[in-house]
Amino acid sequence: MSFQELKERALAEWDAFSACGRPRVLVGAGTCGRAAGAEDIIQAVNSHLAGRGLNADVRQVGCLGLCYAEPLVELSGPAMPRVLYGGLEPDRVPALLDDFFGRGELREDCALAVMDGAAAGGIPAFHELPMLRGQVRIVLRNCGLVDPDSILHYVARGGYAGLARALQMAPEQVIEEVNRSGLRGRGGVGFPTGRKWESVRLAAGEPKYVVANAEEGEAGTFKDRMLIEGDPHLLLEGMLIAGYAVGASRGIIFVQANYGLCAERLRRAIDAAEKQGLCGRRILGSGFSFALSVYNALGGYVCGEETALLECLEGRRAIPRAKPPFPAQEGLEGQPTVINNVETLAGVPAILLHGAPSYRARGTEGSPGTKLFSLSGDLKRPGTVEFPLGVTLRQLIFEASGGMPEGRRFRAVLVGGPTGGYVPESYLDLPLDFDSLAPIDAMMGSGAIVVTDDRTCILDSVIHAARFLADESCGKCAPCRLGTQQMVRILHRITTGSGRPGDPDLLTELAATLKRSALCGLGQAAGNPVVGSLRHFRAEYQSHIEQALCPAGVCRLRAARST
Amino acid sequence: MLKYAKFFWGQGMMDQLKEIFSRHSGQQSDLIPILQDIQAVLGYIPAEAMEETARFLNVPESAVYGVATFYAQFYLTRQGRHRVRVCRGTACHVRGSKRIMEAVRKKLGIKPGQTTQDYRFTLERVDCFGSCALGPVVVIDGKLYGRMTPQKACRLLERLQ
Repeated sequence: MSFQELKERALAEWDAFSACGRPRVLVGAGTCGRAAGAEDIIQAVNSHLAGRGLNADVRQVGCLGLCYAEPLVELSGPAMPRVLYGGLEPDRVPALLDDFFGRGELREDCALAVMDGAAAGGIPAFHELPMLRGQVRIVLRNCGLVDPDSILHYVARGGYAGLARALQMAPEQVIEEVNRSGLRGRGGVGFPTGRKWESVRLAAGEPKYVVANAEEGEAGTFKDRMLIEGDPHLLLEGMLIAGYAVGASRGIIFVQANYGLCAERLRRAIDAAEKQGLCGRRILGSGFSFALSVYNALGGYVCGEETALLECLEGRRAIPRAKPPFPAQEGLEGQPTVINNVETLAGVPAILLHGAPSYRARGTEGSPGTKLFSLSGDLKRPGTVEFPLGVTLRQLIFEASGGMPEGRRFRAVLVGGPTGGYVPESYLDLPLDFDSLAPIDAMMGSGAIVVTDDRTCILDSVIHAARFLADESCGKCAPCRLGTQQMVRILHRITTGSGRPGDPDLLTELAATLKRSALCGLGQAAGNPVVGSLRHFRAEYQSHIEQALCPAGVCRLRAARST
Repeated sequence: MLKYAKFFWGQGMMDQLKEIFSRHSGQQSDLIPILQDIQAVLGYIPAEAMEETARFLNVPESAVYGVATFYAQFYLTRQGRHRVRVCRGTACHVRGSKRIMEAVRKKLGIKPGQTTQDYRFTLERVDCFGSCALGPVVVIDGKLYGRMTPQKACRLLERLQ
């Protein structure tokens, strides 16, 4: 079957799905939805519909990013709008289904949004929800709207057309297109993707590999999980294009140990793509062959470091290698290897489909495009959002996520996970991109935004991150193995009331030593939380050290010492 | 209990290991898949199985032990029937997962990484499930429970006791 024929079949399937000729129930059943009870909802829906003898189309879809309102259910049917309901309990499902399908009532009282078109009956339109306003959904374009197990849905919405276009170009032209788009790696460092591909293309050696890094070990980040669960084919298409561009024959998706649903959905997606001739041998009738597989990781933060990841894939302890040589020259089994973050690869199909200029039209000069942000912590509306780079933390925290819960005050935001930095209120208006936070000792990283309110002790949060890094240090290089433990010891004495006046300077020196001498990113960045918090919250250190007082009342300090 | 009984028979375990080894070619890169297979059958990786694996792959026992102890997903002791995992990632920490861990520890009478004497529960701390927006999160036997409180977590455990 040619791509054109596949596309026609897909459009027919999508039209039937969208027409809602019979009652249709979509349940957000990503990991977030399941954590909020989506499986019980599905059971309640199925048993009630069976009891009523209704022939309905019930599907599990990915996450819309509105984690705060999970579990989410979208109802629609003949002559009914598509209405999204949030925060459902299984015992309220029967009444809702009867009202909606039986009596044609929209149930404004528990409706969250109308999915298609304008507001109706007092229910706001989806894109007018406060969390959606200002978002530009390019990589999230399908999440929560399509059946992730249906390759036809993906194709109907423009999927694999980027690959089809790439296959008509020379590989060098594909790399040139990605270069012109300005796409930078979404894993945290922001290395230009096109340049990485170029060096793999030019590197000597066959076979070459493409590895998608879906380790996402950075606590507070969950965008890759959401992306894969909601739209697995998007990642596959990005990998196929990367494979064609660099001349690779095999792609491996390295999936975090706790992401069982991701691995499951990816395996099904690969099977479906193979059946349609979209991966495997002679893809879409071209001379390009590319095999895809999923690797279940075994746990360990350091596995997200690209060379440690390769060690794991080769069956050894995940201990980072010294660089150079870089994976682009000597990667998996010594062969040239592209390693890209999931979100990076997911950004590629749109670049090929719509061209580099349209991608560049979003974002900032130095950091084009959109970026996913995982919003969590003390927020009214935690979830995942996609904004053009250059968005401010204030927009993310106070507009998209609605700010703090009632009665709480903003304290700090931890940006970039356990190796990120703390940003106080005074810097919330800085535009976010790959470089903008460096001057204030923070970094955007993979886009983890963990917000803390006035009940949080910054030092408690810092020692939590330090303990995590000391646990996860692989032990290969002395600066990281010993330095992270030393950091915990100093922070421990500060948070238990035995801090010494010289401790802040000692911590600063330790962080600088780590940055200079540790082998990999984990160790080099291990001092970031300390440096960032010392810069913006030094008073908090001082009250712990000098008065043995925890302003938030979190640390168990011994009674104030008499001086 | 059958699978544990088999293991204690000794010869039963050897037969199972031989069966597992027969599925692999004996290259060093088979190490992790072999350990995964052993754990899938026995529920954990006993020392004797590591010795046999080293012999099969012709590598030092320390190499096998090194890999088995490196990754969080390998268990070196017999595990409980129910695996209770409390997320202690950054976002869950901010939302109070420390109190949940304390409550679960008290309820089960064990520390993270330990198994109750009756082999009913194993308690584990995990650093992030990627469900931060629903934190704090507890995972019991692979099923995720979001927006936990110490009370809710204890009630979930009571259902299993």
